[in-house]
Amino acid sequence: MSATQPLFQHHKHCDEIFADAEEACGKGDWAGGAKAFAAFAGQLEAHFLSEEEVLFPAFESATGMVSGPTEVMRGEHRQMRELLAQMQQALDERDGEGFGGTAETLLIMMQQHNMKEENILYPMCDSALGASEVGATIAGRLAAA
Amino acid sequence: MHPNLSFDQAPPISVPYRFFLAAPWFGVLAGLLLAWTGGDALASRWTPEALALAHLIAVGFMLQAMSGAMFQFIPVAVGGNVWRPSVVANFVQPLLLLGALSLVAGFLFSAPVLFSAAVAAFLLGVGVFVTVVLLALWRTPATGMTLWTMRIAVAGLAIAVLLGSLLAEGLARGLSLPLIELANVHLAWGLGGWGLMLVAAVSYFVVPMFQLTHPYPLRFARGFGPLLLLLVTIWSALWLGDDLRRAQAMGFPLALLCAAFAAMTLWLQHTRRRKIDDATSLYFRVAMIALLAFAASGAAMAIRPELSDDPRASVWLGMLALPGVFVSTISGMMYKITPFLNWLHLQRLGAPISAVPNMKMMIPGTAMTVQFRLHVLALVLLLAAVWLPALARVAGLFFAVSCFWLGWNLILAMNSYRRFRDQIRASVSRC
Repeated sequence: MSATQPLFQHHKHCDEIFADAEEACGKGDWAGGAKAFAAFAGQLEAHFLSEEEVLFPAFESATGMVSGPTEVMRGEHRQMRELLAQMQQALDERDGEGFGGTAETLLIMMQQHNMKEENILYPMCDSALGASEVGATIAGRLAAA
Repeated sequence: MHPNLSFDQAPPISVPYRFFLAAPWFGVLAGLLLAWTGGDALASRWTPEALALAHLIAVGFMLQAMSGAMFQFIPVAVGGNVWRPSVVANFVQPLLLLGALSLVAGFLFSAPVLFSAAVAAFLLGVGVFVTVVLLALWRTPATGMTLWTMRIAVAGLAIAVLLGSLLAEGLARGLSLPLIELANVHLAWGLGGWGLMLVAAVSYFVVPMFQLTHPYPLRFARGFGPLLLLLVTIWSALWLGDDLRRAQAMGFPLALLCAAFAAMTLWLQHTRRRKIDDATSLYFRVAMIALLAFAASGAAMAIRPELSDDPRASVWLGMLALPGVFVSTISGMMYKITPFLNWLHLQRLGAPISAVPNMKMMIPGTAMTVQFRLHVLALVLLLAAVWLPALARVAGLFFAVSCFWLGWNLILAMNSYRRFRDQIRASVSRC
């Protein structure tokens, strides 16, 4: 297994549960929406942490690049966490428009982020890390989340 | 050099916006021109008014919107570094505006000097644009079919403009050129080699992203652009080689390929994960249905050439392609790009993300949906007006109003950006 294969697949999983949460809240099903959103936010956080605590440090120590692409990705994680907090607040306040608008913003942010990772950063990581334990460690963390 | 993956290479917001804000007004002009001239304009593709209408959409609406979008899309989506985007846009946009208006006026007033002015403006403006953009697309470290298809599209634009310039100079100087054959080759490069090629390149990227669809199958994405390029090249060779029967028959595989792209996009939309519809997804659907109708009509005419004996048949194809496919796709895209651009630039001002208004606060959702419905109504009327000339004036008016509303919604988006920017700056400076 390559280092980033589990993360690649996990992006699709996050997309699916994002769509569930957005659809439920869009219909005014706040109970279903809260459940789906909690699942989505939990999975996204697990994804970010797998990258920040396992993949990025491994890549940085293998290449010596500490302030390059991984730093930009960490910054985008920070922005997405703030958007998640805004969605949670809108959900708590039953603010459908606020939730939908922030969800739309997060979706585009998240998709652009994923594409940058999948097309550029992950291939760089895979070539830098080669056959290592990183992939298995990340798969284990994501399965447990 | 490693890409840094940030949006820092994105141009100043004024670069794409100036093109987006200009585009709809060419649609307004086209609608008003049709309302003014009435049904005779659509009697054939060769009437001066029909040529003016087609070019108001093609080198007015489409070229403005598509070139503006490329300034934004190349750095953000394919990591290309466009050289001094503000300087290039300052130079290119006035030339494209001048070229479009001179060309249209040239058709309407049969004035050679206007054709020559248009040719000079387009050769210079598009020449600089194509050079800068191709350089960015060539140097990027990214890979993938969006990038490759976009490279082909930019080459297609260059060829379409060169052929168009030859035709316009031919008209200006009364040169003896094979006008019909050259025009058929010119429009295949303009609508296929540039327009549809760029729509495909962008769709590979944005359709999965905006609507959470599956990606376009790799085999499809690898095949579509090169195959379209091949077919347009063969089409050109046959028309220029005076092989009329085979040239007409080539319309059939071209139509099939268009249909395949439309059907694939509709299928991806149908099986998407995100169930929410918005103006962008609705616009894309209308565009793809128009493309299917274009393909079906084109295929029918390729099999039975006598169907195109009626000069209105090619006007029908043009109506499906220009307002149907391209105005729809571009309008839908602009409704997604401008709110995201606003958000992207606002969140860079230093305020916490929670203080940055979300994307849905940039243009009122109802304003976009109502404008979309008006566009659909205008499109239906335009298509009907091809066969029922009495409807042409009212169709023109509806199209003008729809494009006016699109332009107005984009002005609202720009005003939202300015208002929120001033609020954020004031709050940041207070902290």
